[in-house]
Amino acid sequence: MLALSIKNLAKTYEGGIEALKGINFSVEAGDFYALLGPNGAGKTTAIGIITSLVNKTSGKVEIFGHDIDKELEAAKACIGLVPQELNMNQFDTVLNIVVNQAGYYGIERKTALQRAEKYLTELRLWDRRNNDARGLSGGMKRRLMIARALIHEPRLLILDEPTAGVDIEIRRSMWAFLRETNKAGTTIILTTHYLEEAENLCRHVAIIDEGRIIEDARMSTVLRKLEREVFVLSLREPLSAVPDLNGFDTSLIDAYELEVTVNARDDLNGLFDALNEKGINVLSLRNKANRLEELFMGLVEAKQPNRTGN
Amino acid sequence: MDFRVNWIGFKTLVRKEVIRVVRIWVQTIVPPAITMTLYFIIFGNLIGRRIGVMDGFDYMQYIAPGLIMMSVITNSYGNVVSSFFGAKFGKHVEEMLVSPMSNAIIIIGHVAGGVMRGLMVGALVTAIALFFTRLSIANPLITFSMVILASIVFALFGFMNAVFAKKFDDISIIPTFVLTPLTYLGGVFYSISLLPEFWQKVSLGNPILYMVNAFRYGILGTSDISIGWAYLLVSVFVVGLFSLNLALLNRGVGIRE
Repeated sequence: MLALSIKNLAKTYEGGIEALKGINFSVEAGDFYALLGPNGAGKTTAIGIITSLVNKTSGKVEIFGHDIDKELEAAKACIGLVPQELNMNQFDTVLNIVVNQAGYYGIERKTALQRAEKYLTELRLWDRRNNDARGLSGGMKRRLMIARALIHEPRLLILDEPTAGVDIEIRRSMWAFLRETNKAGTTIILTTHYLEEAENLCRHVAIIDEGRIIEDARMSTVLRKLEREVFVLSLREPLSAVPDLNGFDTSLIDAYELEVTVNARDDLNGLFDALNEKGINVLSLRNKANRLEELFMGLVEAKQPNRTGN
Repeated sequence: MDFRVNWIGFKTLVRKEVIRVVRIWVQTIVPPAITMTLYFIIFGNLIGRRIGVMDGFDYMQYIAPGLIMMSVITNSYGNVVSSFFGAKFGKHVEEMLVSPMSNAIIIIGHVAGGVMRGLMVGALVTAIALFFTRLSIANPLITFSMVILASIVFALFGFMNAVFAKKFDDISIIPTFVLTPLTYLGGVFYSISLLPEFWQKVSLGNPILYMVNAFRYGILGTSDISIGWAYLLVSVFVVGLFSLNLALLNRGVGIRE
């Protein structure tokens, strides 16, 4: 079953800016789906239309079979949204924010209080339940928005850059929480600029750029498209010159760090054979950049070679 | 439309609004009480003594219903406009917009919150009035129905103001330049029979005149206008403003891009 089906979705804002140029994609129920793209690509507009915060210009959106043009309320009931921008009443308490949200979804107060305790505890906010939201740290506010989005136990959870500005420890705890939520059956759509996050969490990825989908496939399929990977090797002994490693493209970052480019047709065994031949001992190895990030940059730059970033 | 979702959503909105009014009581309850006390002291007691009798009642008694209605109107309006615009400004209006709660319930919930505050303040001002004059209710049905209907009308006006408002200035322009003049010219402090004929006719175009007079009729049994016209006008406003607000929300005016 499809959790989300989008057909020919277009959005032109007043003033003529075409944010979406007829995109198509679908998300299987139970999937963990990454929607990636540079700033201004159209991700947030697409999410805005799915959650009915933005009016579409044309196209069709169905959430678990409910067409937003015909069964908007049923469609909305299926979705939990964690938006990019903080959108809570900063003067209200943590508990009121989540319990009120439950009320808007028709959940009785008694049940809402029980669920609030469950989700606020899981997201390590229960001891802050009587604090005003304005007193929370940035990471806590993000977690509060996740608890609020889950309070009606949606079938589809949409997270628009949920870990932006969050420290690595909290980010990793949020990843673990989202994995568990997905494992429990909730379909998740995630947008993020941390491509390591998308690669770690998501099983499917779509890349959107300038209002068009330029890639849409399983994460493993997409990653196989990488033509080359750059590795950084930490060395036991220092090197004074760049070694010749049987044709592998190498460069020295410093005396103890060697950068090696491995093409997709090669394998790492060949690289280690060459290193052994030269008597170079490797202490550790890491990707120079995240694999998905390399692919992402390749796709976006290939589409628009003159892009200078923003 | 899912009745259960909407009923619980409505209760949640009303609860939230009442908690907001009570939480910031220094901003919501105290100022109108102080303002109305000053009106009673200055206009009713000090100046009113020199004015003497109006429509067969001493001046303090005559203005008391108008002042109660004035406080109900301004507070119903003010509550809804500040609450809904605040939600837009802080973006937490999105909490409601993404939910399956209907747009009609979003309006009704906010209006109910405005009516609650209007009635709270109205009750407080009535209590203050009793320190200055003696009030008995001639017709309880007219008194209560008119105060509630007038409160609904101005809560709906406040909601519409909030829908169109883009900045904080926009929520003070209407109260300052429209609501306050109409209230002062709406027969709170005088009977329109004191005006020249031309201005009497002009005054009949002011909807607040009908509400104040109908409410005064409910308490004192005297009015400048027909009570039937007052009910008709107020009913038309309630239906018209609700429909207009609903159409605005359905189209996403002021809330969706």
